[in-house]
Amino acid sequence: MRILLRLMGFVKRYRRRLVVALVFMLASTAFVLAIPQLISNAIDTVVAEGEQTALMWLAVAVVGAGAMRGISAFGYSYLTEVVSQRTAYDIRNALYDKLQRLSFAFHDQAQTGELMSRGTADVEAIRMFFGRGLLGMLQIAVLFVAITVLLIQANWPLALLTMAFLAAVGWRAVVVARLLRPIWLKIQQLMAVLGTILEENLTGVRVVRSFAHEQEESKKFSGQATVLYDEHIYATRKRAFNLSLMVFLVTIPIPIILWYGGRQVAAGAMTLGQLSQFIFYLIIMAMPVRRLAFITNILSRTVSGGQRILEILDTESVVQEKPGAVELSNVQGAVRFEDVSFGYDRSAPVLKNVDFNVQPGQLVALVGGLGSGKSTIAHLIPRFYDVTGGRISIDGIDIRDVTLESLRGTVGIVQQHTFLFSATIRDNIAYGTMDADMEQVVAAARAAQLHDFIESLPEGYDTWVGERGVTLSGGQRQRLAVARTLLMNPRILIMDDSTSSVDVETELLMRRALQELIKGRTTFIITHRLSIIRNADLILVLRDGEIAERGTHNELMSTDGLYREIYESQLIAGDGCDEEVS
Amino acid sequence: MRGQLSGTFDSDKVMGKVYDSRVAGRLIKYLGPVKSNLGVGATGMVLRTLTTIAVPYLAGLAVDRVELGDLTGLDSIVIVAVAVVMVGWGGRYLEELFLGFVGQKILYRMRTEMFDHLQRLSLSFFDRNLVGRIMSRVQNDVQQIQELLASGMLNVVFSALTLIAIAIWMLVLNTSLALLTLSVVPALAIVTIIWQKYARRAFIQVRRAIATVNAQLQEGIAGVRVTQSLTREDVNADQFESVNREHFTANVRAARLQAAMWPMVETLTAIGTALVIYFGGAQVLAGEMSVGVLVAFMLWVRRFFDPVLELTMEYVEIQRAMASGARIFELLDVEPEITDQPGALEAPPAREIKFEGVSFSYTPGARVLHDIDLTINPGETVAIVGRTGAGKSSLVNLITRFYEVDEGQVTVDGCDVNCVTQQSLRRQIGVVTQDPFLFYGTIEDNIRYGRPEASREEVVEAARKAGAHDFISHLDHGYETHVGERGQNLSGGQRQLVCLARAILANPPIIVLDEATSNVDTHAERVMQKSFRRLMKGRTCLIIAHRLSTVTRADRIVVLEDGKIAEIGSHRELLARKGLYHHMFGALVAPGPETITG
Repeated sequence: MRILLRLMGFVKRYRRRLVVALVFMLASTAFVLAIPQLISNAIDTVVAEGEQTALMWLAVAVVGAGAMRGISAFGYSYLTEVVSQRTAYDIRNALYDKLQRLSFAFHDQAQTGELMSRGTADVEAIRMFFGRGLLGMLQIAVLFVAITVLLIQANWPLALLTMAFLAAVGWRAVVVARLLRPIWLKIQQLMAVLGTILEENLTGVRVVRSFAHEQEESKKFSGQATVLYDEHIYATRKRAFNLSLMVFLVTIPIPIILWYGGRQVAAGAMTLGQLSQFIFYLIIMAMPVRRLAFITNILSRTVSGGQRILEILDTESVVQEKPGAVELSNVQGAVRFEDVSFGYDRSAPVLKNVDFNVQPGQLVALVGGLGSGKSTIAHLIPRFYDVTGGRISIDGIDIRDVTLESLRGTVGIVQQHTFLFSATIRDNIAYGTMDADMEQVVAAARAAQLHDFIESLPEGYDTWVGERGVTLSGGQRQRLAVARTLLMNPRILIMDDSTSSVDVETELLMRRALQELIKGRTTFIITHRLSIIRNADLILVLRDGEIAERGTHNELMSTDGLYREIYESQLIAGDGCDEEVS
Repeated sequence: MRGQLSGTFDSDKVMGKVYDSRVAGRLIKYLGPVKSNLGVGATGMVLRTLTTIAVPYLAGLAVDRVELGDLTGLDSIVIVAVAVVMVGWGGRYLEELFLGFVGQKILYRMRTEMFDHLQRLSLSFFDRNLVGRIMSRVQNDVQQIQELLASGMLNVVFSALTLIAIAIWMLVLNTSLALLTLSVVPALAIVTIIWQKYARRAFIQVRRAIATVNAQLQEGIAGVRVTQSLTREDVNADQFESVNREHFTANVRAARLQAAMWPMVETLTAIGTALVIYFGGAQVLAGEMSVGVLVAFMLWVRRFFDPVLELTMEYVEIQRAMASGARIFELLDVEPEITDQPGALEAPPAREIKFEGVSFSYTPGARVLHDIDLTINPGETVAIVGRTGAGKSSLVNLITRFYEVDEGQVTVDGCDVNCVTQQSLRRQIGVVTQDPFLFYGTIEDNIRYGRPEASREEVVEAARKAGAHDFISHLDHGYETHVGERGQNLSGGQRQLVCLARAILANPPIIVLDEATSNVDTHAERVMQKSFRRLMKGRTCLIIAHRLSTVTRADRIVVLEDGKIAEIGSHRELLARKGLYHHMFGALVAPGPETITG
């Protein structure tokens, strides 16, 4: 119920339209109810052997009522559809916006397929509810009350008897809704799991094929599909039983009315027309009752879907902008870590008491083994995650005190894994800088040593790149990411392993380009390229989330520490040749 | 073969043929295996339909008894009516239950059929089609069909049945009145035909709009890290808002059309009723018909049009399902470009790889490899170097037959790769790529991927050999640690080590390392180099590398340039030749003034 009330919040803005829809609905109901009255009059006229002109007027009245009913039904159904589509539109926007803003910590845990199912199936369920569900339920209630009143006027014992059955139907509908809710919730979860299996199979298609694992994958999928099937079958059983029972409860009063009503007519307590009226009303009720089952179905789906959507909307991004956060402007580029600690979850700290100070324009190399915390440091500076202890400041300002946009506009990061959007190469390069003109894009591409390659493509910068950039090689993708970041012209530049999968020759070119690029920027580079490391103003050697050593190349080489060990091992591994002539 | 562009989804083309009878025909084929369930369900439906039509007739009879004051006659009619209602209940139950089964069985079959089919399609298909699009077919389109099966199709069949049955019964009872009442049917038919022309167009737009919305949503989620680091959230939100708005507008247009059916149907229903009242009433007054028949007619007229209204309401659902059906079948109809030849043999444990006059292109006209001749001897380690786009990865893709050669042939131990089954071929070749992909599950599951029957000891052994055991045992849950989508809670190097363990456990005679160490740091590389050496021992090895450290260790080095082999030889030979290799690596090798200082 709480979920429904909160979902109602989305419709509130359209309450005026809803009220109009409600008026149309009431009018439509009134005309529906008028027709049996007219028919009942007609029957009584016929039985009393009245005038044919009276019949004619009744016939005309029926057509009038029917037409009015049609028009009001048009208004009602059109307006509710508009409101429901509008609500779905709002929810979709809100969801998209939220997903865009939730921090990395959320997306580390979430799966795309599962989020997609929330954005599609669940939103659709809610839309259905606000479309046919909400006012539909109201309509049934109105019909129920109105028919009760009308029938009581005609013959109250018979009316009470009839309504008792209809009340039973209503009760059953509530029971069913409660029964089906957990089942629907489970079905939706199972669908999401199935979606994940599928997505993984598709994104990992090369691995699947390489290991000739197709049959096992099929088995995995069909196994999960079977679980889903079983749950659906269970739901079908429950539904079939209850739906048929509800329809039975609404039909069985007809013989009872005939039996008891017939005696009343014989006793002169009611007319034949009134008796027919009872039956007409029951038949009018039959349609909504069938729909009631449908609506309860929607209701359960809405509640479970709504729950899953609100779950996302309620998730507070761990990284929050402070109220009154200021713009970070005229950045010099001094970066300071003061006693910074961080852990993705509480139990396992990834960084411990990291403390360093970088002057504007310095080149900092982060060096260390697997999981030593280099990438984490890179991710903390643009605030993809928040520190769990200590503080990070730029030009002395705590990064938590500035707006995220100005911070991330200042800090450019080239990440290890690059996502390419399905758009042209040009659009992908200008992804963060939409107002960049073609010259700027080309300049960035040139700087990233990508221009020649792009020009060699038949469509040049207008070449479309696929979802995961399949048509580009790893090196090309990374250089595109470099171009993308450079176009932003960030004051602080972070390169996460970014030159690693570029081949040797390109890398040489890029290193030269980088000399230019890092000029005047504070640059953090995570790399194992000694040529770059040697030129760094500050080398931070990390081990297990702590800074083990720091200093310049010469300083570090003069102590017999970890850096020297790494340096020499690389020389040995590379036969002393991973060096650049300087 | 290639170049037919089979397998690129053209949504416009699909949308154009909505309401395709061939689609309906193929959907119906799915009913075959569920005949018995369908039979029971249909029987239930017929029973239910008959009872709903019989009740008004019985009511009419009862009214006549009442008018005559014949209470015993009334009682026997009531008893019959109760029996009929009970039968209707049973019929309805059977219908809901068994047709429900039918629906679920069809959905299950469709889903698994699509998935299995995807397993057979060639990689080129996945290069051309976005993951999100394919997913939408397997998920959303199947879901659409489900909606149809759950309610739509049933209602349509029921509507048609009811209409016919009522018409017949009316004609039997009172031909002239029946004909008068039925005169509204042609009017309704004409209105519906005109309406559906507009509805179809509106519906096509709805469908197109939802596809765009979903694609945007998918990309928004998948690319969120890039978006946030470039602070493009607002721009994206605006873009999404605009496609979302288009979707909204299209839906509203469709809704208006759908709602427009109400006034028509309701007015026609009222006209039908009015005709019964006026002419039927006159017949009763003239003593030509009983009041009971009049009541029955009036009850029927209502029932007559309720299903018609439902039919128009379901119309959109039906069309939607037809479009979904078309999209599903389109996917199922994509022929795998690479198939096993009839009578393809199992590949023998292979050791030698041979390229003979191989030419290859991904897209026609854009040759990637020209006339490659290369033999890699059993147990030999060959490194392939070259500029980006020189064709290094393509060479590997041809050995595993992910793509097919245009000319020439690739053989393993003298066996043309085209003549053996793809699965047996790929089992001979272990590929470790630069992009380590892990599946959702535990680390142990992932290592076991290539050999599901391996014991825990073998898994640990493989991890040890890969150099992954140390970090795995330091994790809180060790081998039971769950790795998320694309293994995001492990670092790149750690993921690569797990992938390496996976390849080691699979124990293939041929190993391909495709820039496998490019994403890991020096320390990890050192660990991996050691593992590689262990892995390479006694196997035929093909290495694509940028790092000199990896290259120098190879028995032979092949230098590719623009899809051709420029040079072949050992590190020293190639350096001495002062060719392309020297040009690429010479700078790195030449001892600089600062090298190896204290």
